[in-house]
Amino acid sequence: MKKILSYIFGRIITVLLYLSGSVTSIIVVLIVIFLFSEGSGLFGKKPTEEGFIMAVNKTNNVKHLDAEQIKLIFDGEITNWKKVGGRNDSIILFRMDNITDFFTEEQRENPDSVIKLLGENYERLPQCISRVVEANPGIIAFVGKKYIDKNFAGKELKIDKITISDFLFGKLWFPTAHPVAVFGALPLLLGTFWVSIFAILFALPLGLATAIYMAEVAHPTVRNILKPVIELLAGIPSVVYGFFGLVVVVPFIQNTFNLPVGETALAGSIILGIMALPTIITISEDAIRTTPRSMKEASLALGATHWQTIFKVILPYSSSGITAGAILGIGRAIGETMAVLMVTGNAAVIPHTLLEPVRTIPATIAAELGEASQGGLHYEALFTLGCILFIITMIVNLAVEIISSRNKRVAS
Amino acid sequence: MTKSINQQIAFWILRIMSSLVVLFLVLILGFIISKGIGVINWKFLTTMPEDGMTKGGIYPAIIGTFCLVGGSMLFAFPIGVMSGIFIHEYAPNGFFKRFVQLMTNNLAGVPSIVFGLFGMSLFVNKLHFGDSIIAGSLTLGLLVLPVVIRTTEEALKSVNDSFRLASYGLGASKLQTIWRVVLPIATPNIITGLILSIGRVSGETAPILFTVAAYYLPKLPTSMYDQVMALPYHLYVLSTSGTDIKASRDMAYGTALVLVAIVLIANLIANALRKFLSKKVKMN
Repeated sequence: MKKILSYIFGRIITVLLYLSGSVTSIIVVLIVIFLFSEGSGLFGKKPTEEGFIMAVNKTNNVKHLDAEQIKLIFDGEITNWKKVGGRNDSIILFRMDNITDFFTEEQRENPDSVIKLLGENYERLPQCISRVVEANPGIIAFVGKKYIDKNFAGKELKIDKITISDFLFGKLWFPTAHPVAVFGALPLLLGTFWVSIFAILFALPLGLATAIYMAEVAHPTVRNILKPVIELLAGIPSVVYGFFGLVVVVPFIQNTFNLPVGETALAGSIILGIMALPTIITISEDAIRTTPRSMKEASLALGATHWQTIFKVILPYSSSGITAGAILGIGRAIGETMAVLMVTGNAAVIPHTLLEPVRTIPATIAAELGEASQGGLHYEALFTLGCILFIITMIVNLAVEIISSRNKRVAS
Repeated sequence: MTKSINQQIAFWILRIMSSLVVLFLVLILGFIISKGIGVINWKFLTTMPEDGMTKGGIYPAIIGTFCLVGGSMLFAFPIGVMSGIFIHEYAPNGFFKRFVQLMTNNLAGVPSIVFGLFGMSLFVNKLHFGDSIIAGSLTLGLLVLPVVIRTTEEALKSVNDSFRLASYGLGASKLQTIWRVVLPIATPNIITGLILSIGRVSGETAPILFTVAAYYLPKLPTSMYDQVMALPYHLYVLSTSGTDIKASRDMAYGTALVLVAIVLIANLIANALRKFLSKKVKMN
């Protein structure tokens, strides 16, 4: 009896172990499902608010506009229909709240005639809108659907649905703009890469030098000091790095370069570089250590100095491990949220220099998710950004996996 | 001759660059400690924030972080250790094991903000936990799971195979061997990993932004469905979006120091434990 019980107990434990062994795989799959199901909802939807349409004069030959064009039109940056593929005619903006601008001066001055035109409870508003749209050939009207009756004298302008390429290559990120929200993630993508690449450019030489020093040159006592230092650097929370950046690095950059604001890509790169150091150092050091002793000794026996051996034998041998460390460092930098959010200034514009504010994908999610209503376009767009981030880190991980497995094969 | 001069120059460059790395740490820690040490006293640690978080203490944030660390460890520790045992002791070498390891690595590389998004959509919205300790703890638990798995794996790897073989030789089953022989030897190393992951969890901000953290909530949680304040988010709020950022700077320095202190203490304990253990092993 006791034997049976302990057998059953053993079986149960084994099953539990198998279950918990696959738990990470399940979580990864769940993350994929949730992220992509929430994020993919964005595509194929119209970027306007529910219940509103764009109307133009019947003679207008423009058939459809995309969100970016409408945003630029309503911002007054595009003022002629020619720019969006129409005839040469200037654009007249019409929103519900500036309807009185289209009345004649007498009509506007006289409250009675305003009431006569609009109706006491705005019941004549549809006809009024219809008249205004008919009278102005260059008009573009943003009106609620309920004010469009069947005798409407204008025509509805088609608004392009959001596509993947719009999202990836759109240059404007205005998720809460009126009348249309514009989701162009290009500035965020470029901002993320911009900050991360400069972070690595600064962290890689430093990290590599430290790794070589620790693995080859340093006295064991020095190494025993350096190791906990690097562990601590890795352990400091990102929000503390962000705070340090905000209080020390940002004012320093502002004063040194005489800038109006110190929250710049440079500040982000410096902080991210420091944060990426531990990853680069640990992985490169491990890679350097795997160099077989016989290779080192062969080089030394041929009369090479220690430095020549490091430079000509050890570094080439461990180059794939070092590459893996650098890629993983970039991956960490791309995904870092809080520190970047606090020091880069968060302006969603395509960066040109290091001394201007940028905004990264993780910072955008962290800053905007709180104010986006659940299930709305903005919410879905942020999840789509999360998908992009997830895909990037998956690529980074797989690349590292491939590089290090190749390294193992070479070693054996 | 030039060869050895070259080497001297190269080694000095390496030394200077390595000391730059040390300098970064000294700068950051020195700055936080020197600015924060004056703020920290018993009252700061045990009273509620006052006057729009410009005065008073950070008591609720400390308690909140404590709850989150406890909750996430309750979730991640058993599952992570079991998963580590599975990968190292049970899984047959082959595709499945490699796949599980790959997935664990992938999960470790997922950015913390993505965990935040996932936690929000699964725990907060789909399972209707709302912004609560349980949602935040589970999200943080998922985040440290790969860390726990990896340290368990490493700890098991360091157990010499002769122990296992000796146990099998005495007629013990696999489970008995793991439970009576392997785990007792590996436990201290596993605990070291646990302590380090506590340091990690207590500093994470992005995953709790949308799953639990409250901007200002001067009361203690009563159930696991309550929102709490947490130290890292509190520091973020104080330094970027508080009611009066200049006036709350001191509070921010203090909070940053408490956070750094948690990480420092965790590292110190882990290191001491490691040193103590390596001595013990040598004696055997």
